[in-house]
Amino acid sequence: MISLKGFITRFLSDPVAIVAGTVLLFLVLMAIFAPFLAPQNPYDLMQLDIMDSEMPPSWRVGGDERFPLGTDAQGRGVLSTIMYGTGISLLIGVGAVIVQGVLGVTLGLVAGYRGGWIDAFLMRLADIQMSLSTLMIAIIVLALFQAAFDANTYADYAIFMLIVIIGVAEWPKFARTVRSSVLGEKNKEYVDAARVIGLPPRRIMWKHILPNTLTPVLVISTIQVAEAIMTEAALSFLGLGMPTDRPSLGSLIRSGFEFIFSGSWWITLYPAIVLVMLILALNLLGDWLRDVLNPKLRRGDD
Amino acid sequence: MAMLEIEDLHVAFPKGKKAEVEALRGVNLKLEKGERLGVVGESGAGKSMLAFSILNLIAEPGRVSQGSVVFHGENLLELSERDIRGIRGNRISMIFQDPMVTLNPVLTIGTQMVETLKAHRKISDAAARKLCIAKLKEVAIPSAESRLGAYPHELSGGLRQRVVIAIALLTDPELIIADEPTTALDVTIQAEIMALILKLCREKDVALILITHDLGIVAEVTERIMIMYAGLCVETGPTHQIIQAPHHPYSAGLLKALPQFAGRGTRLYQIPGSMPPITALPPGCAYHPRCERATELCKAQIPPLEHGHACFHPIDQTEAAS
Amino acid sequence: MHILAFLLRRSVQAVIVMFVISLIGFSIQDNLGDPLRELVGQSVSEQERDLMREEMGLNDPFFVQYFRFLGNAVQGDLGTSYFFKRPALEVIMDKFPATFELVLGAVFIFLSLSIPAGIYCAIHRDSWITRFIMSASIVGISVPVFLTAIGMVWLFGVELGWLPAFGRGDTLELPWGWETGLLTWEGLSHLILPSVTLSSIMLPLFIRLIRAEMMETMSTDYVRFAKAKGLSTSRVRYVHAFRNTLLPVVTVGGLMIGTLIAYTILTETVFQWPGMGFLFLEAVNRVDTPLIIAYIIVVGLIFVVVNTLVDFLYTLINPMVKLPGAKS
Repeated sequence: MISLKGFITRFLSDPVAIVAGTVLLFLVLMAIFAPFLAPQNPYDLMQLDIMDSEMPPSWRVGGDERFPLGTDAQGRGVLSTIMYGTGISLLIGVGAVIVQGVLGVTLGLVAGYRGGWIDAFLMRLADIQMSLSTLMIAIIVLALFQAAFDANTYADYAIFMLIVIIGVAEWPKFARTVRSSVLGEKNKEYVDAARVIGLPPRRIMWKHILPNTLTPVLVISTIQVAEAIMTEAALSFLGLGMPTDRPSLGSLIRSGFEFIFSGSWWITLYPAIVLVMLILALNLLGDWLRDVLNPKLRRGDD
Repeated sequence: MAMLEIEDLHVAFPKGKKAEVEALRGVNLKLEKGERLGVVGESGAGKSMLAFSILNLIAEPGRVSQGSVVFHGENLLELSERDIRGIRGNRISMIFQDPMVTLNPVLTIGTQMVETLKAHRKISDAAARKLCIAKLKEVAIPSAESRLGAYPHELSGGLRQRVVIAIALLTDPELIIADEPTTALDVTIQAEIMALILKLCREKDVALILITHDLGIVAEVTERIMIMYAGLCVETGPTHQIIQAPHHPYSAGLLKALPQFAGRGTRLYQIPGSMPPITALPPGCAYHPRCERATELCKAQIPPLEHGHACFHPIDQTEAAS
Repeated sequence: MHILAFLLRRSVQAVIVMFVISLIGFSIQDNLGDPLRELVGQSVSEQERDLMREEMGLNDPFFVQYFRFLGNAVQGDLGTSYFFKRPALEVIMDKFPATFELVLGAVFIFLSLSIPAGIYCAIHRDSWITRFIMSASIVGISVPVFLTAIGMVWLFGVELGWLPAFGRGDTLELPWGWETGLLTWEGLSHLILPSVTLSSIMLPLFIRLIRAEMMETMSTDYVRFAKAKGLSTSRVRYVHAFRNTLLPVVTVGGLMIGTLIAYTILTETVFQWPGMGFLFLEAVNRVDTPLIIAYIIVVGLIFVVVNTLVDFLYTLINPMVKLPGAKS
């Protein structure tokens, strides 16, 4: 394991990591403090005025200072919707990864440690799930969900459904990673030692093996958050995700799409830019993290 | 002039961004036509490096940093890519260690044999196939015709290595470099394969450079030996002479460690310590930390290779009797 | 012989999978909405409804209904679309040519770009072209496909106006009923943007994969041996190295089928391409349950068939798989 000091040094010496980290931090803070920072609250129907709709960014003709990035079809300030929307995208992304992580790590530990038919069964299940991609599974499940319930019920449960579905659909990635770690650790001496002392398997799995498998889990977590955000954005864009009154970045892009042709390009462009920045920052950080934590690539000076 | 003359060969690898470490630190070698030379040493001594550098096949980021490899008067290291390809697999062939990874798993034996022939001479497919079958028979592979269409994984380890030997002989080379040809095989098959190589080299007057860590094999097959340690040759000379009376302490240690020299019921001898990695070589003679005869001189200077050994305090004949 | 055995085994597996899918699909349909309500207006009395229910067999036990459903399905009847008032399967198959040609175009573009690019990047590791492609691919992976699509629509369709950004244009009807856009310039010009978009998802991933695999193969012992035999550089690269690179690439390709289907839906949405994916989303919006279920079943079938084909392709490329039980 790399030392904390070594970690920070590596971070500070890599310009890509610094930029990506800063961008991510900025976006996260923006999302958390949205209620304080946003010029308007786009969810407060009392604040909306339909006369404000489709106004261009403030520096262009027809723009208004109140709405720096312009407004959408309902008169909501684009900047405000982006701030809140980023929070929703992040919430779903992180939430989904927590679900994936907990589920995947548990199943991976069990599969790896127990072996036998449990392992075979779980891995087969994982194979099947991985070949039907997460997006496809989510599309089908959400489509059926939407067909079964009316629009209002759907809107209420959307966030929850998205987190659960993306979470459950992606557990194989975590499970496989943990399982291969476990298989590697299982044969090490400290496991034999623990077994000889008479510790129960569950204890060995959780207290002893798990900490050693956390490094690869950490590495993929970052990238998985980016994946989850992308998936949610795609689903929202298809209309199967967050509804337009509680939009994530994907829903914002969806609602702005039809206006590209009528000239109100800002409604789609700005959420799109923020979405790409978010995903790119997460991906770059994840790649960097993978390089740093990979024992084979260690430079020998940390 | 000998058929092959290697002079002051250095192979270097980059270390970090600026420095380099040497895997070969100035090796010399002379080989006559038809002569069989054994190159012996532990893993990491530089034996394979030597083999690959002859045909200029050192994989990046390593490189030959100094020296020459002169084959029939031509320095192979200075040849263009095209010209050296004319030598590889044609006048100088190689046999690698593990036939399972030497042969391409997705191509048939026939393809891999025929392509070698066609790369070096104008020959029709049919004639090439006939030649390949003939060669397979020479290496005693049963049902040679049917083997051409087989894939490597369908053959046993011993048969695979015979195929590799056959490929090496396809173009009637003048020199075969065999890098640990039997190490990856079953013990029972090792002797067979070695005997086959010996027989073929004798029959066809093909020179052989046999690289191995196994002194036992070397004793039976080669006429001269070169013993390598940490990137340098430490002793060289006629095989039987060195085996009877080694001069360098390392050679003596290696021989002492052979099971055939251990008395009944005694412990097998092991040279204490281990060979230093090329990244952490001690000053002076690289063997001195393990050597009972080491003095201050040994720690300060690298002994030059003289009279067949590189040692300031070589063992003389009277001591060797013990 | 082995090929037959393989196909037989896979067909049986495929049938089992289809069973499961159809069972799931049917049980969902059973619970989603009331078919009677959709087919018949409000004005029909309660009595008449009950009568119709009995007639339609809607009161029969679950498995009786299921087997009836299966029986119909095998004959090609997957229910009737509420919206179109036509057999669901027919509606879907009408749109099949559009989706097929889109995917065909995308695969063509993707294959002809990713393989040369991947090989080039593996061989010329430090050239600026390689560095450019590698950075572009990181960005490519991070940009969701629908954004690429929107970008394309805006750039080429709106701003530059070079290519049409919506729909399929006029199509030509081939003798057996297939409506193709491939034979006219108009059809092709409509095909360009969507196929490029769809292929752009796979491109970065596969270029990186091919590059990584090629670099690994180029450093294997058998490639070294091939060089030691004096073979020409191109033979070493393209016959020895590349053949081995194909194996993991085909495997990964097989795993991406589900993703490809999902992204096709996305692409069709952005470009309003009248294919099966677009149809599916419209069906969701209209709560046209039979159509939704029928689509799921059809997609399931396509998935299973394509997977089998990919596995078959793999056995063709990898001799070690073709003859199981051989000596090694």
